[in-house]
Amino acid sequence: MRARVGSLPLLAVAVLAASACSSAPRSRQAAVPALQAAPEPAPAVRVMLPATSLSEEQRIVHALNRLGYGPRPGDVERVRQMGLAKWMERQLEPSRIPDERAQAALQAFPTLTRSVPELVLAYPEPDPKLLAKVQSGEMTQQEMRQMAPPERRPFRIPAELQAAKLTRAVMSERQLEEVMTDFWFNHFNVDARKGAVKWMVADYERTAIRPHALGKFRDLLLATARHPAMLFYLDNWMSTRADLVMAAGPNKGRRMGLNENYAREIMELHTLGVDGGYTQQDVIEVARAFTGWTIERPREQGTFVFRPAAHDQGAKKVLGHVLPGYGGEQDGIHVIDILARHPATARFIATKLVRRFVSDEPPPALIERAARTFQDTDGDIRKVVATIVSSPEFFSADAYGAKIKKPIELVASAVRAVGGEIALPGDPGSQQVGGGLALALQVAKLGEPLYQQQPPTGYPDVAEAWVNTGALLNRLNFALALAQNRIPGVQVDIGRAVGAADREKPPQVLDALLASLLQGQARPETRAVLAAQLDNPEIIRATSDDRKAAAGRPAANTPTANTDVDKLAALVLGSPEFQRR
Amino acid sequence: MDCHCTRRSFMKGGALALLGLGAIPHFLVRAAYAQGGVSRPKILIAVFQRGAVDGLSMVVPHGDPSYYGARGSIAIARPGGSQGSLDLDGFFGLHPSMAALKPIWDDRRLALVHACGSPDTTRSHFDAQDYMESGTPGVKSTPDGWLARGLQAAPATSSSPFRAVAMGSQMPRTLRGELGAIAMGSAGDFDVKQGMAGMGGGVNARAGFESLYEQGVKDILHGTGRETFEAVKMLKAAKLERFQPENGAQYPRGKFGDNLKQIAQLIKADVGLQVAFADMGGWDTHAAQGNERGQLANRLTEFSDGLAALYRDLGDRMADVVVLTMSEFGRTVRENGNRGTDHGHATAMLVLGGPVKGGRAYGRWPGLAPEQLYEGRDLAVTTDFRHLFAEVAVRHLGIPASAPIFPGFSTNPAKYPGALV
Repeated sequence: MRARVGSLPLLAVAVLAASACSSAPRSRQAAVPALQAAPEPAPAVRVMLPATSLSEEQRIVHALNRLGYGPRPGDVERVRQMGLAKWMERQLEPSRIPDERAQAALQAFPTLTRSVPELVLAYPEPDPKLLAKVQSGEMTQQEMRQMAPPERRPFRIPAELQAAKLTRAVMSERQLEEVMTDFWFNHFNVDARKGAVKWMVADYERTAIRPHALGKFRDLLLATARHPAMLFYLDNWMSTRADLVMAAGPNKGRRMGLNENYAREIMELHTLGVDGGYTQQDVIEVARAFTGWTIERPREQGTFVFRPAAHDQGAKKVLGHVLPGYGGEQDGIHVIDILARHPATARFIATKLVRRFVSDEPPPALIERAARTFQDTDGDIRKVVATIVSSPEFFSADAYGAKIKKPIELVASAVRAVGGEIALPGDPGSQQVGGGLALALQVAKLGEPLYQQQPPTGYPDVAEAWVNTGALLNRLNFALALAQNRIPGVQVDIGRAVGAADREKPPQVLDALLASLLQGQARPETRAVLAAQLDNPEIIRATSDDRKAAAGRPAANTPTANTDVDKLAALVLGSPEFQRR
Repeated sequence: MDCHCTRRSFMKGGALALLGLGAIPHFLVRAAYAQGGVSRPKILIAVFQRGAVDGLSMVVPHGDPSYYGARGSIAIARPGGSQGSLDLDGFFGLHPSMAALKPIWDDRRLALVHACGSPDTTRSHFDAQDYMESGTPGVKSTPDGWLARGLQAAPATSSSPFRAVAMGSQMPRTLRGELGAIAMGSAGDFDVKQGMAGMGGGVNARAGFESLYEQGVKDILHGTGRETFEAVKMLKAAKLERFQPENGAQYPRGKFGDNLKQIAQLIKADVGLQVAFADMGGWDTHAAQGNERGQLANRLTEFSDGLAALYRDLGDRMADVVVLTMSEFGRTVRENGNRGTDHGHATAMLVLGGPVKGGRAYGRWPGLAPEQLYEGRDLAVTTDFRHLFAEVAVRHLGIPASAPIFPGFSTNPAKYPGALV
């Protein structure tokens, strides 16, 4: 067991420090995805756009910001050509969107696709005796690293998962799938730092969350309930019928019993909501139903197993439904069915989704309609999301720019806006986890260490949680670091964002930046403030250097010119407008 | 754009406005102190020993007849010898590596509460730290930390953005919540990082950002932006580097000492600090724990040297400061097969500072005989940590005893250990 629970970012730093991630990423020219496929079958869900006061440009920007991690250079135009409704229909059906580039990039993270038993074997915990020797000074950190290299330790797994998450958020064409995977992971939160979860967390996202992110809620709920990551995180693996005495194993002779943790959270956080009408007796009955749902040797095998000997064979009564005795493993599945189809669940899930996509204060009428879709379709998440994102409330002026980006949204959207390239492990000079992990560390600094949220509530989805003095300062510093190419393994070329604007005319440069980074949606006051910045001595000086340089060689390639534009770009990325989506 | 004001941002914005935007509140605050118009805030420094410190080696119950029998090679020798524990009261002794704290005990400014801990039975670091920091053992979904809740209920002696500061890049659970505490890796990091230092660009990005957030928009972003730049200026004006360790204080090398040193600087600079948080790891001694020397002894040296340096450095200012140490649980009474200890139950916590009725051990000692142990293996908890934390919050920080710092838990002055004046 690790001594310090909060140690993942530290380790991540160590992993990064071991690599020199400064060189250019692999060349990846094919930035424009192949959108024109052969004649397509009818979409799984039709999107009809409502009447709205937003302009076409605003509608597209809004959709790119809410269904994904914001526009990349050229995205607005591409969506316009395809038609917004069609773009949304495709996003709702991610398997039909070609995504070779992101898929190829993910090959660089071998832990992502390996099974839990394989990972337990390949990434063992370092011997505590070694750690003790380092602590007492008998062994140096260097020697320790040789005997148990960081890239062979268990925390390599969540580190790769973090890096992959940022890589996907920035690169994947299946933007809504990424947003929904993030949404559901957060809803069914587990923390990679708790015990054996570190070996299970990547498999959890890959097999329990992602495949069902736009599928049936009932399947999603069942997949999380049976996954060892959840069983471990919320202690159900230790929950047994009352007074079971262990007959064998390391805890032989130990008296076990009921653990209500998972039973409480599946109702409070995963389905009904805290006001969903369940009682303490329901918690106990649900806990009894799930007894025996456990893990085969969590630190050696780590797979789901049902143990009849631990199961409470008595009859149960859950929310008015009777579960006859001797239901065995089926008791838990029965509970899943009751909870997934409960009206309170439809309402609770609809509320959270409307909050994610529309506003911190979700409009009640839209919650009502989304909840009805949930019930009418037996919890078809794709249809519920379609109801929300094609609603007048979604496209209302009130909703436009009303959400504060949470840290991963800010970081991914900024990298996308500037067309940043992420170096992958194995890229020359980036042999470790690559630029994705550097970005994940930024996300952590802004207050959202990924896969490391301790309480089962997951991360909050309202502005107050993310806007405070320390975090805002870190957002501004992130904007500067990104625009100035100071994030290892992430390469940006602000010059491209400026395009053909005449560098000798700073107002033109500013307008080009506002157009490409904020899609021209800056408030007049913001533009005025930034325009006033153009008078500041540094920018003038830099510009005159630029002019001198321009006499000899192209201005776009002179570092002086870039320094200048970089800082202006940082101001735009740090502006209040860019903090919103 | 629509108004997304919250109660918090409104209150903080209002309080800052009183100090005057653009002015340097630091001087105003200092001037007010000098005139005696405002008393200095009471300050709590919470120190978390992450990983479950072995309370039986940190504060050795050498007077317990079962101690030496149970502990084998990891026992700390009786007082007297050159390597023996440092006797405190004839029953308890400090680990010999903690000699730096002994004079503070003798000054009656250091107290201890032994057999202190959580009623929850978990032996998971993860869950136990979570419970201790949220202040709600057994309840995982508590969104905020006990100290954040507590400080929100405290009389507003300080409206400073530096009211609550955690040393470290991430906000610890203890200070999460609506309070809006600041987490910083180091005080020097708390600024707009210009980059490109050679370009003479010292001011412009900061000035640019500041102007962007100064626009007269009433929303949470702009409000927080104004607070942020106020805070950056305040810290700059405070010139923390002026406050080098005094009275011969020497902080140990390493993160823990650095963090304590910076907390002392924040205190001396009068930036309105009321609560500071620092943590230290390396206590999870499953193997080769050592006895008078070794792994644990090294950690205890750094720990106690750090606390002693802080005490010395702050000098008279310790009159307003209490340091409270905590750890998620203790360790098994018996030595394990690897000359270490496994996860246990109760541990010892230290309380240090001017307002402490020190030179005394508080709490009931449950004993180490087999039949006295919790589940037959661990030191039993006789003082719920929440009684101790509540005493510090109420008696020292002046938080009303009725405030919901520990929801669902009943505590009152009659149940406090009594370690504070």
